[in-house]
Amino acid sequence: MTDDRDRTDAVQPDDAGAVPADVLAEQADHPTIPAATPGTSQPTGFGDYFTLWTERLRAGELGALPIGLGLLVIFITFGILDDTFYTARNFTNLLLQMTVFATIAIGVVFVLLIAEIDLSVAFVSAVGGVVMTLLLRPDDPGWPAWAAIAVALLITTTIGWLQGIVITKAGVPSFVVTLAGLLIWSGVVLVLTTSASQVGTIRIQDDFVVGILNAFLSDQAGWALAAAVILGFAGVNSWTAFRRRRDGLPSKPTSVIVIQTVALAVVTIGAVWYANSDRGVPRATVFLIVFLLFWSFVASKLRFGRHVYAIGGNPEAARRAGINVDRVRIMVFMIMGFMAGVGGIMAASRLRSVSTAAGGGNLLLLVIASAVIGGTSLFGGQGRVISALLGALIITSIENGMNLLGLASGTKFIITGLVLLGAVLIDAWAKKRRTAVGVG
Amino acid sequence: MSATPLLQCSGVSKSFAQVHALVNVDFEVRRGEVMALVGDNGAGKSTLIKCIAGIYPFDSGEVRFEDEVVHIHGPRESAALGIEVVYQDLALADNLDVVANMFLGRERTRSGYMLDEQSMENDARETLDSLSVTTLRSVRQAVGGLSGGQRQAVAVAKSVMWNSKLVILDEPTAALGVAQTRQVLELVKRLAERDLGVVIISHNLHDVFEVADRITVLRLGQQVAVLNREDTTQQDVVHAITAGTLTHVPGMQDTGAEVSE
Ligand SMILES: Nc1ncnc2c1ncn2[C@@H]1O[C@H](COP(=O)(O)OP(=O)(O)OP(=O)(O)O)[C@@H](O)[C@H]1O
Ligand SMILES: [Mg+2]
Repeated sequence: MTDDRDRTDAVQPDDAGAVPADVLAEQADHPTIPAATPGTSQPTGFGDYFTLWTERLRAGELGALPIGLGLLVIFITFGILDDTFYTARNFTNLLLQMTVFATIAIGVVFVLLIAEIDLSVAFVSAVGGVVMTLLLRPDDPGWPAWAAIAVALLITTTIGWLQGIVITKAGVPSFVVTLAGLLIWSGVVLVLTTSASQVGTIRIQDDFVVGILNAFLSDQAGWALAAAVILGFAGVNSWTAFRRRRDGLPSKPTSVIVIQTVALAVVTIGAVWYANSDRGVPRATVFLIVFLLFWSFVASKLRFGRHVYAIGGNPEAARRAGINVDRVRIMVFMIMGFMAGVGGIMAASRLRSVSTAAGGGNLLLLVIASAVIGGTSLFGGQGRVISALLGALIITSIENGMNLLGLASGTKFIITGLVLLGAVLIDAWAKKRRTAVGVG
Repeated sequence: MSATPLLQCSGVSKSFAQVHALVNVDFEVRRGEVMALVGDNGAGKSTLIKCIAGIYPFDSGEVRFEDEVVHIHGPRESAALGIEVVYQDLALADNLDVVANMFLGRERTRSGYMLDEQSMENDARETLDSLSVTTLRSVRQAVGGLSGGQRQAVAVAKSVMWNSKLVILDEPTAALGVAQTRQVLELVKRLAERDLGVVIISHNLHDVFEVADRITVLRLGQQVAVLNREDTTQQDVVHAITAGTLTHVPGMQDTGAEVSE
């Protein structure tokens, strides 16, 4: 949530204004014309910031704009079509449904960042859920929740590692390897569930595990969460801006931080208030926030994250820079396996059971769609962890709304497909804009 | 300009299967000098610098760096010695900003694990300033949005940031317009003024004569001439490139004849 710093504060006061691109290009051709002197910049004003933002939009760096507009359209449409869409009960449902998609989509974002794909995620997540459930069966073997969860995650992470090894060492495209994985792990899910139960459904009786996606925070805890999110955002942003200003580097203007914080506060307080008027904020929302923060931190603040982006942007450059490209790739597939496992455990918790249907349906398509719709480029190197949340929000809202309307499955597939197509077209258009501006 | 060579390759050879890309080549660079490496397509220029950078091993011959015999086994080892290469195809990641590219693979961290963006940004700026690269709008701009000359400047600045002693540029001006070429050549001269050794590969003799102190000519994998720019003309160099005397008959194995100049 805070990693837009690097992108948004790159402002130079002297020339961030309305200097047309061709003038800048000409300046580049005449080295004697003094341009902005780096290093002496003062914090920039709100106007410059806004100009830079519009400039970026035109250059194909769309950020969260299409998502904001998309959500607006979706909420208005379904709100008009169905009067239960706006209810607090449906809102908390939406939060619960979204958590599973967003969690798995975080892993997908990492895979897409290195310009790979993982088609096996849905069934890998199901393997996680099934393994945990089997280990939890009372007396057979009746493991404690923590141990069952740990082993399930270890297994899904190992699956990611294995697939990563095959992809990097044998040089087989991830598309093919994970397609094979899709078949293999769906088979494993079937074998495990049918051998454990005649009907192929195994119930979860552990209270903690059931609580993962079925428990809610008290009203007070919900408000505390809201306060932590808002203060955390304001604190991190102000601290960063303060330090950059102290070092004489350009920084996010205070006015922008205030506006962003107020916007975040309105959304967060509204959401908590609305959730509290029903069952409260789902406990799973806390898990999701923790995962989002943690992986955002990994992607934007650690060397590892930097290398992930570099590999997505130019693998040859990464290799020549001495980065162990294969190692990073394998680790990304392990992250994918881990987050898929977490998502599978959440899905099992939500249904309080696993069945032969685990990981099936359109789960795979929806999590990949979430990452892409959220703004992660299929071409690699572009995107943020937060896009998993934003995309999942869109996907879930559409699914939820269509379910309320009682649309036929066929219609739902067509509509979801069209939304995904739209997102991919926007991505392709943005990429074209980026390269077009890049050449100029 | 000091007379002891910074880098000295003696009698180095390199073959790819049937192709003798380098045959018994002598090559040296001194501190504070710009050495141009010229020759026709396929003469072995890129192969020579890739071997120096450790991307391929030499088959035979000796390499001395700062008077020590060295065996370079990879890009990391050459970088550790202070050898930086700006490749023909640049090797920048378009999606990353200038700072991230300049520190790629060598990111600085705070308390051991978090990226130290501030200090990297400061040093990137300082290096760009010291090379008088003034056309960049912001060091936080993605490299994909830069012009060819700006990208080249970033790549060169990246190579001098690491206390490097020898900077090798493979056709740095090949894709550039007149003004941007001038910019890069100015940069090359500034590197030599800092007492670095500089190797520049170019097909453009006009550029070569503008910056080089000496010129090494390769022809069919052999070194056919080392010329002082002041004592030579473009005509001489063209002649050496196209008809320089070969001491080893191409296609035949080394008969033991010594390279003479
Ligand atoms: N990896 C390789 N495998 C096989 N042959 C190679 C390889 N690299 C270079 N060669 C051969 O070695 C010879 C020298 O190539 P090199 O790239 O060094 O030429 P160059 O002088 O850099 O040419 P140019 O001016 O076109 O860049 C050529 O005949 C080329 O085909
Ligand atoms: Mg070459």
